Amino acid sequence: MSLTVLVDYDSGNLHSAEKAFQRMAGETGAGEVIVSARPEDVARATRIVLPGDGAFPACRRALDAVPGLFAAIEEAVLHNGRPFLGICIGMQMLATRGLEYGETAGFDWIGGEVTRIAPQDPALKVPHMGWNDLQIHKAHPVMTGVKSGDHAYFVHSWQFRTANAPDLIASVDYAGPVTAIVGRDNIIGTQFHPEKSAATGLRIIANFLTWRP
Amino acid sequence: MLKTRLIPCLDVADGRVVKGVNFVNLVDAGDPVAVAKAYDRAGADEITFLDIHATHENRGTMFDLVTRTAEQIYVPLTVGGGVRSHEDVRALLLAGADKVSFNSAAVADPDVVAASADRFGSQCIVVAIDAKTVSPGKWEIFTHGGRKPTGIDAVEFARLVEAKGAGEILLTSMDRDGTKDGYNLPLTRAISDAVGIPVIASGGAGNLDHLVDGIKKGGASAVLAASIFHFGTYTIGEAKAHMAAAGIAMRLE
Repeated sequence: MSLTVLVDYDSGNLHSAEKAFQRMAGETGAGEVIVSARPEDVARATRIVLPGDGAFPACRRALDAVPGLFAAIEEAVLHNGRPFLGICIGMQMLATRGLEYGETAGFDWIGGEVTRIAPQDPALKVPHMGWNDLQIHKAHPVMTGVKSGDHAYFVHSWQFRTANAPDLIASVDYAGPVTAIVGRDNIIGTQFHPEKSAATGLRIIANFLTWRP
Repeated sequence: MLKTRLIPCLDVADGRVVKGVNFVNLVDAGDPVAVAKAYDRAGADEITFLDIHATHENRGTMFDLVTRTAEQIYVPLTVGGGVRSHEDVRALLLAGADKVSFNSAAVADPDVVAASADRFGSQCIVVAIDAKTVSPGKWEIFTHGGRKPTGIDAVEFARLVEAKGAGEILLTSMDRDGTKDGYNLPLTRAISDAVGIPVIASGGAGNLDHLVDGIKKGGASAVLAASIFHFGTYTIGEAKAHMAAAGIAMRLE
């Protein structure tokens, strides 16, 4: 029986994410979806989703505050090859480091830094908030049925700058490119919220739940 | 590129839509969950609930409503009305809101915005500013549904709450609210130009050209409207198509 664990480390509301993942798990026959902060649940998970809202250092601290949780995630993802999806700050923490409120170490699973969005055009607002159309740079199983021009919902002031071009799956334009999706091997991360991105987001969730990297 | 957002707003009291709505094919047009779901399916970019009779006693009703709505919609949900502290923000976020809007409490104590933004991130903290024209080019904050003047300049207050960590401003013109005469464009332009965070224009939308004006002349990042959608005057799709035809980048999928 497949089990998808949405990792709950007291960093934002997981209720709507839980409902969206449960709905798509039902539609794709992807088994059970639970919300948990228990390392033993992560250890038995077949798929792991790491959400995160707020500031990078606060999320990192909150994650590290749960004994054994990050170690369990690392073991499952890096050693056991479990499919992993990071969302918003959960995606940004994949980077080498974040620079919000000083430097904070990321997981360094995907090389790069998280830096403030600074649009050249002063008329552009920060946060980058709302629907932006994806430009897909690289085919990926989780993006099956999603095409360049489809919209996703963003709300963030900091962005992941990848060190290695092959890790950049999709970006959006906001007076310059802003990273939308990063990934390598069994790891993928979306800056946007798929659970808030209407049909496109639900498609990405369904694809993740059936992904066999 | 980033698209302009169109946001239908539901005034809610005791778990029901105030004044009702006039959708076809809706079994219970007074049920906020059903209405929100219909707006979601119709292409709304976000949905906003304003609890207009928020009291300590009926908060549970609102939390339950937010939870049931969040389960049914796949676009962001903003909730405002009666939000007084970062504990209120936390409770609404846990219930399923994506963003929470302060109003009078931010006027009384702007540090409540800072406390909430530090804790939960600016991305989920909206400050609703209700402003009235007091002289040409001068707007003052009013609280308590537009009844209570504060002597606070709206433009200065917008800058202040941005500095405190607000992620967005929901700007309502109390002169125009309910008139269907269009948004207060000089006010919208003044606030939009004063801050680097997104501004949602609100209060007065009566036709589709008003939505266009809020963006093109007012400089807003998003437009919010209630009655033109509730009473079936226009659909969300018609509104977005009209805005797109006027040259505004919209999400039309």
